[in-house]
Amino acid sequence: MGGLSGLGLGWAACRFHIESDPVLERIEALLPQTQCGQCNYPGCRPYAEALANGDAAVNQCPPGGEAGIRALADLLGIEPMPFDPGNGEEKPKTVARIDELACIGCTLCIQACPVDAILGATKQMHTVIESECTGCDLCLPPCPVDCIEKVIRYPDVDDWRWSIPRPTASGATMAANEILPAGQH
Amino acid sequence: MHIDSVEQARNAGEQLHHFHGGLHLRHNKKISCETPLAQVPLPPLLFVPLLQQYGGEAEATVETGQKVLKGNEIGCFTHLGGGCVHAPTSGTVTAVIHRAISHPSGADGCCIVIEPDGLDRWEELEPIPNWPDADPALLREKIRNSGIVGLGGAVFPTAFKTDDAARQGIHTLILNGAECEPYISCDEMLMREQADSIVLGARVLLRATGATRTIIAIEDQMGAVNQALKQAVKSAGDDRIEIIKVTTIYPEGGEKQLIQVLTGLEVPSGGWPVDLGLLCQNVATATAVARAVVEGKPLLERIVTVTGNGIRKPRNLVARIGTPISDLVEQCGGYANDVARLVLGGPMMGYALNSDANPVIKATNGILALTARDIRPLQAEMPCIRCGECARVCPAVLLPQQLNWLIRNEQWDDAAEHGLADCIECGCCDFVCPSHIPLVSWFRFGKSELHALAIERKQAETAKRRYEAREARLLRIQHERRQQLEEKKQALRGASGKRKKLAEAISRARQDRKQ
Repeated sequence: MGGLSGLGLGWAACRFHIESDPVLERIEALLPQTQCGQCNYPGCRPYAEALANGDAAVNQCPPGGEAGIRALADLLGIEPMPFDPGNGEEKPKTVARIDELACIGCTLCIQACPVDAILGATKQMHTVIESECTGCDLCLPPCPVDCIEKVIRYPDVDDWRWSIPRPTASGATMAANEILPAGQH
Repeated sequence: MHIDSVEQARNAGEQLHHFHGGLHLRHNKKISCETPLAQVPLPPLLFVPLLQQYGGEAEATVETGQKVLKGNEIGCFTHLGGGCVHAPTSGTVTAVIHRAISHPSGADGCCIVIEPDGLDRWEELEPIPNWPDADPALLREKIRNSGIVGLGGAVFPTAFKTDDAARQGIHTLILNGAECEPYISCDEMLMREQADSIVLGARVLLRATGATRTIIAIEDQMGAVNQALKQAVKSAGDDRIEIIKVTTIYPEGGEKQLIQVLTGLEVPSGGWPVDLGLLCQNVATATAVARAVVEGKPLLERIVTVTGNGIRKPRNLVARIGTPISDLVEQCGGYANDVARLVLGGPMMGYALNSDANPVIKATNGILALTARDIRPLQAEMPCIRCGECARVCPAVLLPQQLNWLIRNEQWDDAAEHGLADCIECGCCDFVCPSHIPLVSWFRFGKSELHALAIERKQAETAKRRYEAREARLLRIQHERRQQLEEKKQALRGASGKRKKLAEAISRARQDRKQ
């Protein structure tokens, strides 16, 4: 009887085995995937690995900002800490833009881009695919003619956000005396 | 969806039900219903925005300097079943510019500026005269190509809904004439004056979607409307069309609320009316469908209510898309002296407008000019006392106080779980809150943050994918190089082997000679 239930339990353990969500994946999902290396690791994945091993602090990711620190601290069950200024600062979102008249077609920026967001070929003009650019700035230092600039990404009608309501703002403009007791129109 | 629910939906209108919450509001519609409809004259310049439908901007298909005829396509939209923007009159495109459009953000949008030639010449129209026998797919294509969107204010592409309805199969078409927003009377005037066109639109939509019956839902206090519609149904001789009066309670004109009143069923969160076998369209959308199919004319104009105590002679006007709002106000005698605020839409769901130079778009159902005494005085916001009034009036059965708390603390996942996306922004909770908390403003903020968060997550995912693809490629290239090097070495080693053999052979030969 004991052996039988042992077998049954063993079978159930295999049959209903649930792959636990590895903490590494969950950490990586919280990182902004900018691949900028400002955390002193070569990319978001290596930083996530360092976090999972307890080698890095949660306050090293500038693009993630305060919200990122809070989310990481929450996941790892530690107290949120202030930002480490050694890793840079939280800045508005930018995209790289190449001055196409000045570009000499050296391909150095293409090699530096971690997400293949620059298009071009040797001695041909290069251009940034704006929708894919993460604003990591890694293309700026290699450019020999300084023809790449950072442009702040302003929201357009497709991705604008409502602002935080002002304390005195009111949604409905209708005067309060316009409400009627139930049953009357 | 459960079969029973679809069966229950099939009996829509037999018995009227209630939705949760809601408010009885003073209507204030009479002041704009006393004068018959009139056309707004051609303005010197028309500004036609390309953001006129839910889902994003259309793409301009004309260039500066190009001549257009009335009804020519000037903007193409391909998402969500598609749709397009058409020239509201004949003339010349003088510019394609970024300029203030009627958008709550106040942000600029792309506008096509047309200078009318005054002739108002139509392009060659292609109506479908034999529509009662035509292929339903042909009718739906006509709807798609005519730029028709939901004219109740949500501007959702009609083609998406009709295509979906035809694909999934529906039994009942609901035409929504329950215009619950105070002050706004454009649908009421339309039903009074163009009832025939609505009935025609209903019949075309029945043909296009395969539905078997239509309910035209109106408010119980619209006396003249009921008469006009009854007459129109009678003269059309179509017994598939039924007129049902619903109790006037705000916001019964909301799609989900109206369906609940008619069927007693709730459209599931994240679901569509088509899941219940229903299709809901605004009455004005139906007239646009009729005009598109029977006359071949795309959607170029709409009825706009210009009203409020801040307007001298409130009335309803038929305005071309792109007409500046100031032209409409002028035709209504201009502003009263004590006008204080200009609102686009009604007092409950509308938003304040920063300029009357903005153009009329397909979503513009009303322009409301309020005087200081009409506006709720600004009162200091007090802490929430958890009275629960907001939850009592919420027609979506949400917990506004809890949502407010979650949004303020940026607990986005929890807010989403509490049904933030189901909030219809009707303003009932705002209205009754004794602490004057601008709840709807917080919900709008929360919704747009959730939306932005979703976009950010998607962008991060894409970046990760591209990063991984690049890493894999670099690794592959490195591997290939190493392999090539190895092969070369192998080859060299092989070559040296040959040399060795050659040397051995030579030395053997020498030894042979010595012997």
